[in-house]
Amino acid sequence: MEFTHPNFYAAMPEIFVLAMACIILVVDVFLSDRNRVVTYLMALATLFGAAVLTLTLHSSPTGVTFDGMFISDAMGDLLKMFIYVVTATVFLYSREYLAARGLLRGEFFVLGLFGLLGMMVMVSAYSMLTLYLGLELMSLALYAMVALNRDSVASSEAAMKYFVLGALASGLLLYGMSMLYGATGTLSIGGLSERITQGTSNDPVLLFGLVFIIVGLAFKLGAVPFHMWIPDVYHGAPTSMTLYISSAPKIAAFAITIRLVADGLGGLHMHWQEMMIILSMLSITVGNVIALAQTNIKRMLAYSTISHIGFMLLGILTGTVAGYSAAMFYILVYTLMTLGGFGMIILLSRSGFEADRLEDFKGLNERSPWFAFMMLIIMFSTAGVPPTVGFYAKLAVLRAVVDIDMVWLAVFAVLFSVIGAAYYLRVVKYMYFEKADDTAPLAASLDMRAVMSLNGIVVLALGVFPGFLMKLCADVLG
Amino acid sequence: MSSELPLLSLLIWVPIVGGLAVLAVGTGNNSAPAVRWLSLIVALVTFVLSLVLFFDFDRSTYLMQFVEKAPWVPVFDIYYHLGVDGISMPLAVLTTFTSVIVVLAAWEVIRVRVAQYMAAFLIMEGMMIGVFCALDAVLFYVFWEAMLIPMFLVIGIWGGPRRIYAALKFFLYTFLGSVLLLVALIYLYFQAGSFEILDFHALKIGLEAQILIFLAFLVAFAVKVPMWPVHTWLPDAHVEAPTGGSVVLAAIMLKMGTYGFIRFMLPITPDASAELDGLIITLSLIAVIYIALVALVQEDMKKLIAYSSISHMGFVTLGFFLVFTIFRDSGSVQGAALGVEGALVQMVSHGFVSGAMFLCVGVLYDRMHSRLIGDYGGVINTMPHFGAFMVFFALANAGLPGTSGFVGEFLVIMGAFKANFWYALLAATSLILGAAYSLWMVKRVVFGKVANDNVAALKDINPREMLVLGSVAFFVLLLGVWPDPLLEVMHSSVAHLLAHVTVSKL
Repeated sequence: MEFTHPNFYAAMPEIFVLAMACIILVVDVFLSDRNRVVTYLMALATLFGAAVLTLTLHSSPTGVTFDGMFISDAMGDLLKMFIYVVTATVFLYSREYLAARGLLRGEFFVLGLFGLLGMMVMVSAYSMLTLYLGLELMSLALYAMVALNRDSVASSEAAMKYFVLGALASGLLLYGMSMLYGATGTLSIGGLSERITQGTSNDPVLLFGLVFIIVGLAFKLGAVPFHMWIPDVYHGAPTSMTLYISSAPKIAAFAITIRLVADGLGGLHMHWQEMMIILSMLSITVGNVIALAQTNIKRMLAYSTISHIGFMLLGILTGTVAGYSAAMFYILVYTLMTLGGFGMIILLSRSGFEADRLEDFKGLNERSPWFAFMMLIIMFSTAGVPPTVGFYAKLAVLRAVVDIDMVWLAVFAVLFSVIGAAYYLRVVKYMYFEKADDTAPLAASLDMRAVMSLNGIVVLALGVFPGFLMKLCADVLG
Repeated sequence: MSSELPLLSLLIWVPIVGGLAVLAVGTGNNSAPAVRWLSLIVALVTFVLSLVLFFDFDRSTYLMQFVEKAPWVPVFDIYYHLGVDGISMPLAVLTTFTSVIVVLAAWEVIRVRVAQYMAAFLIMEGMMIGVFCALDAVLFYVFWEAMLIPMFLVIGIWGGPRRIYAALKFFLYTFLGSVLLLVALIYLYFQAGSFEILDFHALKIGLEAQILIFLAFLVAFAVKVPMWPVHTWLPDAHVEAPTGGSVVLAAIMLKMGTYGFIRFMLPITPDASAELDGLIITLSLIAVIYIALVALVQEDMKKLIAYSSISHMGFVTLGFFLVFTIFRDSGSVQGAALGVEGALVQMVSHGFVSGAMFLCVGVLYDRMHSRLIGDYGGVINTMPHFGAFMVFFALANAGLPGTSGFVGEFLVIMGAFKANFWYALLAATSLILGAAYSLWMVKRVVFGKVANDNVAALKDINPREMLVLGSVAFFVLLLGVWPDPLLEVMHSSVAHLLAHVTVSKL
C-alpha cells in the first residue's frame, strides 16, 4: 500500500495554534497569578503568529489535502484572518474584566485557543468528518468557557443549557450527515456535490438528511425556532465569554454553512432555499420583536444577534455567489459590531459592577462623550443606518435578494429592520437624553480604551469606505 | 460650466469637517465662545461658497452642473457623483443660509453642550447639501438617512419636556418611510444596470412596476414632506425641538420630501404619476384645507406653525402634480410650468418664512419659556421691534403680496386654474385660512393690552436677534418683489422636466 504524504503546509496555521495552545497550557502551570500576563501575551503572540502563517501561505493555490479532508482556499484564509482579529480583540477586552472578577486564569486563554483551533478546522473542513470534528472541538471549549465562573449560579446554568442544547444540535447534525452518507456513499463535500448533481437529488433519504443538517446548523447559528439557548447563554455567561461566543463562532458557523449547504448540497438549492426563507423570516421577526421588550442589554443584543442571523441567511438562501459574498460581508460586519456592543458593556463594568442593564448606559454622554459617540456609531450600525458599515451589510444582502426577484422578502426584511432600529435607539436615548445616575469615571485601562475606540472608528470608516472589504468578500467567493 | 474647485464637495465637506473640528475644540473648559465663533466661521464660509455656486451657475441649460464623479464602491457600481441643476441649486443655497441663521440664533441661547449642538447642525448641513447634490441613488440615500442621526440627537438632547417621545417618533417615522425607498432603488438598479439617478430617469418601466415604485417613493417622501395622513410626527418634532431644530426641520428637511417628488417620482415613474395624480392632488388639498383648519385651533404657537407648514407643503405637492391634468386637457405643458415653478418658489419661500416664524417663537420662548398663545398678549408694547418682525412674517406666512409667500402660492393657484377650477378654488381657500390662523395668532400674541406681568417685563430683541430676523426678512421681501433671479435659475430645468414627464415610459 502506498502512503502519500499529506501537504502539511496547508494546515500550518492550525498546527501552529495547536502546538502553542499546548505550550501555553504547560507554561501557565508554572506561573503565579501575578505573572498571568505572560499567558495573555503568549496567547496574543499565537494569534499573531497564526495570522502571519496564514498570510504567508496565502499565495499557494487552493489545496485539498489530508486525503480530501481539509481545504485551504481564499475564503478560508479571509475568514481565519477575521477569526484571529476577533479572538485577539476578545482577549484584549477580557483581560481586565476577568482580572477584576478573579477569572483571569490560564484556562481562559487555553480554552480560547482550542476554540479557535476548532473554528479554524471548521473553516477549512472539506469532509463532513473534519467539519464535525472542528465543531465539537470549538463547542466543548466554549461550554467550558461559559462555566469558567463555576461559583456563579447563572453561569453554570447557562453552561448547562448551552451544553445540552449544543449536544442536541451536534447530534442532529451528525444524524443528518449519516443520512447524507447513506444516500451518497461519501463524506467528502466535493463528492457530495458531485453525486447530487449526477441526479440522485430526489432521494428521500437525502432530503431527510438535508432537513437534519439545516436544523443542526440553525441551532448552531441561533436561527428561530432553534434560538432558545442564545438569550440565556448570552445573559448568564460572564460578559467576556459572551463576547467570544457571539462573535468568532458565528464566522465559523457561516463557513460550515457555506461549505456544507452551498458547496456540498448546492444541487438541493430549491429545497433548502424554502427552509431558509422560513428560518430567516422567523428570525428577523422574533429577534427584532422580542428584543424590544428587553431591559438587559446582553439579552437585547442576544435577540439582535438572532435577527442579524436571519438577515445573513437571506444572503445565503439566494444561492448566488453575490448572495454568499453579501452574507459573508454581513457576518464579518456583524462580528465587528458585536465586539463593539459587548465590549462597551465590559468597558463600563468595573470590579463588582456589571453594566449590563440598559439603564447603566444612562447619561454616558456626560461621563464620556467619546465612548458615547463610539456606542452611538455601533448602535446605528447595527440598526443599519448610514454612514456606518451596517448599512452596506444590509444593502449587500438586499441587493442579492432583489436580484433573485424576491422583492417581497426584501420589503419584509427592511420593515422589520425599522423595529430593530427602535431598540437600538433606546440605547442611544439612554446615553444621550437621560441624566446619569452613576457618575463614577470610567475605569478601563488604556489598551482597552484604545481598542474600543479603534473598533468604533473602524465601523464608521468602513461605512465611509466599504468598497475594500466588499471587494474582498466578492473576490474570495468568486 | 466647470469650476476649478470641486465646489459641491467643498459645500458638503467643509461643514462636516468643520463640525468635527468644533467637537474637538469643544472638549476644553470654557470653550463655548471659541466654539460659537468657529461654528459661525464654518457656516459663513459654506454660505459664501454657495454664493459662488449661485452666481457661477449657468442658467441656460438644464444639464447637471459642477459635476464631480469618482468611483466609490466599485463592486456595487456606486459612484461619488455630485451635480446640481436649477431645481437643487436654490435648495443648497437655502441650506447654507439657514445654517448661518441657526448658528446665530443659538448664540447665547444654547448653554449646555454647545459644541455638540453646533457640531450636530454643521454636520447636518453638509449631509443635507449632500442630499440635494447627489446624483447617485445610494449616495443620495446615505445622506438622506445619515442626516436623521444629528436631528434625532438635536431633538432628544436640547428639546422640550416630551423630547424623547418626539425624537423617537421622528426617527422611526422617517426611517420607516425611507427603507422602502431603498428597496425601490435596488430594484431600479437591476433594471437600469447602475445607481445613477439620471439613468433611472431614462429607464423604461412597465406600468405595474412603476406603480409599485411610485408607492414606495410616495411612502418615503410623503412622510418627509409631510403629507396628510402621515404628518403626525411633525407637530411633535417641531414642538419639542429646540429653535434651531425647528428651523432646520421646517426650512430644509421638509423640502427634501418635495425634492424627492421632483427628482425621483415624477421623472422615474411618470406614467404611474399620471395614473395616480388624483390621489396626490386629493391628499394635497386635504393638507391645504383640513390642516389649515387644524392650525386655526392650536394653542401652542409652535404647533400652529407646524400645521401651517404642512398646509403650505400641500401647495408644493399640488403644484407638482397639476402637470398631468393640464397635459391631458390641453395636450401641452404650457401652464404646467406655472404650477411646478410656483411649487419650487414656495419651497424656498416657505424655507425662509416658516424658519423665521420659528425664530420668532424662539425669541419669545427664550424670554418667557412658554409657547402657549394664552400666556402672551400685547407683546408689541414691550417689544416693538420684535412685534414688527413677527407681524411681517405672519403676513408673509399668509401670502401677502410683496412677500415671497405670495409668489409661490399665486403661481400654484394660477397653475391650478389651468388644470381645474375646483382645484384652484379649494387651494385658494388656504389664502383665507392662512390669513386667519396667522393673523389671529398675531392678534392674540402681539397686539392688545399687555396681558400679564411677565409680558410687561419683556425686553426687546438685541442686535443679534435683530440681525437674524432682519436678514431673513430681507430675503422674504426680495423674493416677494423680485422673484426673477430664482425663477430664472429654474426655467430650463423645469421645462426639461416637464418635457420629460409627459413622455410615456411604457
